[in-house]
Amino acid sequence: MSKLFQSFGLSAPLAGFLAAFIASFVLITFMLISAIFAVWLERKVAARIQDRLGPTRVGGKFGWLQTLADGLKLLCKEDLVPKDADHVLFRIGPYIALAGSFLAFIVLPFGSGVVPVDLNIAVFFMLAVMSTEIFGIILGGYGSGSKWAVFGAMREAAQIVSYEVPMAICVLVPVIVAGTMSLSIFGRQQSGVFWNWYVFHDPFTFGAFWTYFACATASCKRAPFDLAEAESELVAGFHTEYSGFRWLIFFMAEYGSMVAVSGIAILLFLGGWHTGLMPKPWAMDLSETFLGGLFGNVINVVVFIMKCYLLVFVMMWVRWTLPRLRIDQVMMTCLKYFLPISCFLLLGVSLWQVGLEPWTPWFKYVMAVTCVGLFIAMVVKIVLTPSTLPVAGLSGMWNAPAPKYDMARKS
Amino acid sequence: MSLQAFLFYLLAGLTGLCAISVVVTQNIVRAAAWLLFTLAGVAGLLFLLGANFVGATQLFVYVGGTLVLVVFGVMLTAQGPFITMKTGAAEWGISMIVGLLLYGVLSVALLTKPMKFTSEESTQGEELRRTTVLGEALMSVDGATQKAEVTGVPAEKRKELPNKGERSTVGYLLPFEIVSIHLLVVLIGAAYLARTKRRPAGRAGGVNPPVV
Repeated sequence: MSKLFQSFGLSAPLAGFLAAFIASFVLITFMLISAIFAVWLERKVAARIQDRLGPTRVGGKFGWLQTLADGLKLLCKEDLVPKDADHVLFRIGPYIALAGSFLAFIVLPFGSGVVPVDLNIAVFFMLAVMSTEIFGIILGGYGSGSKWAVFGAMREAAQIVSYEVPMAICVLVPVIVAGTMSLSIFGRQQSGVFWNWYVFHDPFTFGAFWTYFACATASCKRAPFDLAEAESELVAGFHTEYSGFRWLIFFMAEYGSMVAVSGIAILLFLGGWHTGLMPKPWAMDLSETFLGGLFGNVINVVVFIMKCYLLVFVMMWVRWTLPRLRIDQVMMTCLKYFLPISCFLLLGVSLWQVGLEPWTPWFKYVMAVTCVGLFIAMVVKIVLTPSTLPVAGLSGMWNAPAPKYDMARKS
Repeated sequence: MSLQAFLFYLLAGLTGLCAISVVVTQNIVRAAAWLLFTLAGVAGLLFLLGANFVGATQLFVYVGGTLVLVVFGVMLTAQGPFITMKTGAAEWGISMIVGLLLYGVLSVALLTKPMKFTSEESTQGEELRRTTVLGEALMSVDGATQKAEVTGVPAEKRKELPNKGERSTVGYLLPFEIVSIHLLVVLIGAAYLARTKRRPAGRAGGVNPPVV
């Protein structure tokens, strides 16, 4: 893009600056719109799972403007700083969290070549940058000068720092298979039908995907690992004292990092921007098709974003289905289960690459076909099971005929 | 001035300001926050100079790991809600002297051995080769040559370095590993010191209460 501006006669520094500005503008818009959409989706999913309706009024049929109305409300709220708080830390906390979450998007490819900075260590960069997000939380929680916030921040920090370890090890598993840390190359390697995706490559990458996803859920502090924000005992954890715009920023950071970790999962395991439906001979790089690649790029980007939202939806589904873990259970799950499992997967995939690599071709067909078959069987089962409506009213006294009052005697 | 040079000076200046703030500020958690910005600024400089891997490692290890532990330690050991440090005049004086000495040593070392920093040499061969030599000397693998001046090999040891194609035991791997074992000892010692010595009365097993 820098070259495009230079062709208009701008000087090189100015053109580079403009290109960077536009790229970051597009990215931050995407992130904020994702957050708005995800908040609305979360409320709808939660409502459906709990047999409610969710937002219905604002903006027509599905209440799709509800989040905008909420955002407007939060913008208009007073920006309170508690008396006991450390003002500087309290104020900068949310910005650090948002910066950590946003910077991760800089190296996330949305399509073949649709990436602001194509780093060759992109996945490592993303993990590193997202690990700084915790600092905003610690500083904000500590700076609030409230015991709930300090406790929440400490739990949060312990949880995220612990879960980063198995998460990073799980990321290494497909990195060993692919032999690269560049997310763009990851995407290009997994073109073709879905059995080329790395999740089906061998049993260890298959395990690594699920472990990674669980750890990523935990490091986004989502339920069932959201004990740090447990409303019932810690009010709201680290953001107890926040209101208005700064609270909004914390939430945008959380939803942003949800999309970011989903993006990593999709690029590492689930075929990146490929639909996984077109066989290899025809599924050449869509970005090199007609209209100068524009059409193909648009399709790639749409597929990628849809896949991201699908994983975000799974995170919500899990959140509203599973009960919360206690904080010691959260730590135990990480240190006693996820960490050994991820180390085992790392060892296993190394051995597989050394010794069992020739098995990969037939293993991936078997694995992929089995998974898809199971999925189809599940869908068929769900569709064919006759849905029984809940009986209106409880049995017992409610079904009994209403007692007749003697109006005359009452008066 | 190119955009890159402008950004470099801007970022370096901000990093320096943050580093000064770490020293000057009296609130210890705020000092940690300034340290965060300093480390992140250094990582930014590394990214700007094209050393992406080192920059990401800097973020991962120092900002995401070490600094979190530092803040944890500060938060867990603080007595009051927001502790402040009062620095005496003598401490200021001593630290100024030490800091200036370090600065002097660094600048002498940099200025007496002028780095060839023209763009051709830094992008092509020379710098890359030097770092390769450094890594090879560390691992004492094939190809570590006697030209490894940057590694700081003492003159009398230099002839023991292997020639190309040979393999020898001289390298920095052993000292490196000894240092890491030292770190392990420090960690175990810290874990031992941090444990509660008092066992609750009436509980023979002495189960520590959960920390978090």
